[in-house]
Amino acid sequence: MSGLDPVGNSAKAYITVRDLTMAYGSFVIMRDMAFTINQGDVFIIMGGSGSGKSTLLRHLIGLNQPARGEIFYGNQDFTRADAIQREQILRGTGVLFQSGALWSPMTLAENIGLLLEEYTDLSPAEIREVAALKLALVGLKGFEDYYPSQISGGMQKRAGLARAMALDPGILFFDEPSSGLDPISARLLDELILDLRDSLGTTVVVVTHDLASIFTIGTNSIFLDADRKTISAQGPPKELLAHTQDPQLRSFLTRGGMEHS
Amino acid sequence: MNQVSFERVDNDILLIRFAGRWQLSGGAASSGAIEREMQAFPSLARVAFDARDLGDWDSSILTVLARVSDLCRQRHVALDPDGLPAGIHRLLDLAEAVPERVGARKAVRKAPVLERIGTGAIGVADSVTAMLDFLGHMTVTFVRLFGMKARYRASDLWLLIQQCGAQALPIVTLVTFLVGVILAFVGAVQLKQFGAQIYVANLVGIAMTREMGAMMTAILMAGRTGAAFAAQLGTMKVTQEIDALTTAGFSPMEFLVLPRVIALVLMMPLLCLYADFMGIAGGAAIGVGTLHLSWTTYVQQTADAVTLTDTAGGVFKSSVYGVLVALAGCLRGLQSGNSSAAVGDAATSAVVTGIVAIIVACGIFSVVFYVLGI
Repeated sequence: MSGLDPVGNSAKAYITVRDLTMAYGSFVIMRDMAFTINQGDVFIIMGGSGSGKSTLLRHLIGLNQPARGEIFYGNQDFTRADAIQREQILRGTGVLFQSGALWSPMTLAENIGLLLEEYTDLSPAEIREVAALKLALVGLKGFEDYYPSQISGGMQKRAGLARAMALDPGILFFDEPSSGLDPISARLLDELILDLRDSLGTTVVVVTHDLASIFTIGTNSIFLDADRKTISAQGPPKELLAHTQDPQLRSFLTRGGMEHS
Repeated sequence: MNQVSFERVDNDILLIRFAGRWQLSGGAASSGAIEREMQAFPSLARVAFDARDLGDWDSSILTVLARVSDLCRQRHVALDPDGLPAGIHRLLDLAEAVPERVGARKAVRKAPVLERIGTGAIGVADSVTAMLDFLGHMTVTFVRLFGMKARYRASDLWLLIQQCGAQALPIVTLVTFLVGVILAFVGAVQLKQFGAQIYVANLVGIAMTREMGAMMTAILMAGRTGAAFAAQLGTMKVTQEIDALTTAGFSPMEFLVLPRVIALVLMMPLLCLYADFMGIAGGAAIGVGTLHLSWTTYVQQTADAVTLTDTAGGVFKSSVYGVLVALAGCLRGLQSGNSSAAVGDAATSAVVTGIVAIIVACGIFSVVFYVLGI
């Protein structure tokens, strides 16, 4: 039940991206991207607004097709996988979309239950129990029968996380998790992400430009440079800050602070 | 009121004096006078300001100053902002802090005719391809449905059946009853001349069952339900709910489109029968009320005129119209862009596509039924 087990030859690589080029039609967004997301990483995809962070995430979860290059989950080629393999890979992933993206005609419990109904043999009563537990994990105990429109934006986001965790996926993707959250909720979400990683061993991929999050939770990262249209740096965010010579990245990691000093 | 005056100092400095209130609400301030003054001063080397008599100000004066600053740059004239209030000075610096990005300004270019025709043709080809792609997916989905492999929520289907069925009754009642009334009046005026009022029953009965019942219901459903489908799916696209379905391994075709098509296909024949009945009732009301026929005569005449083939043909057509309306709504919804305006366009386009498809299908049916002698 914990997603797929990446038994690749490379040491515990969960996702390997090779030579990836992303484009909308003939308009290239990023090219020649190569990086590895290891099991247990909290992997940060960072970059300025409009640099293609969210587009990269959409490629990783199969919503967009690469113009060139490959994405491997373990040793399975995700880009060339057939429908059954794709579904199997996707069943091991959970995604928290920017706005939560809860299915609006369903209650929170039904949102979570839909996945359990489809992919497990649990009885309706058991499904409800699991759904209640997932909601409790994100601090929404007792909100099972609320519709998404009846709760606040921050709560929708947490409910979206509960749904992403429904099947105990091996890897969780977060698209700008702290956007629209107040600083305290954002910090609590960061703590929740670390808790999940530590207790369930979930690999986490976060698209963000929130510096506080990047330094608190990131164990590895890539920086997308919109001008050069490729990855200009990768490594643990704190090390990048200490050692990078790249003025773009330095400026990003210090909120432009180094430019003025 | 805003006032501006000029003074030439030392033969190469232009001193611009601002006075009075410079506010957007006080009327437009034009930089024309300053521009003319600068042009009439060939030995100009420096522009300075005097704002001691300047009253309240807002963006109105800033717009003029930004223009002056542009002019100075073009003519390589020095600009001395010291005479301006500190606030204006800071805002001007702010406006000029980031230089205009090369290529940021949109080029206004009128494409040549051939290019526009070409772009249009490519657009049509693309949309036909997208439609065929959608129909192909839909066919595959139906094959999966009959193989019991399609996944959708039964509760969604029941809700949709309620929305496309029972909830549509009031509007269908109103419109089709009135269509019956209108047909009866049109017929009555002509048939009265021959003393053949009784044939109003034939006219209304056959028109409603063969054509109007199915078509009026279909057009109502295109406006009511097709638009709703497009708006629902379009909004789900904007809120990333469709992405969430896809990444959870559900096909939007099975999960969203299929139940909508099934609901309309099941409900349209029922609505059509009901519409036939209401239309005939409308005709009867006129026949009895103004043509002085008796209820029994009218009903008997209708029963003699209308055949089972007429009714069955109309009902069959209505379920085809149901498929067209549902597909048009879902296609436009799934094609919607990611903004509120795009969702509105999708709903409009769903209604237009739906009605065009209904009329085209109606034409085809007429020819086929004529050839088959139905």
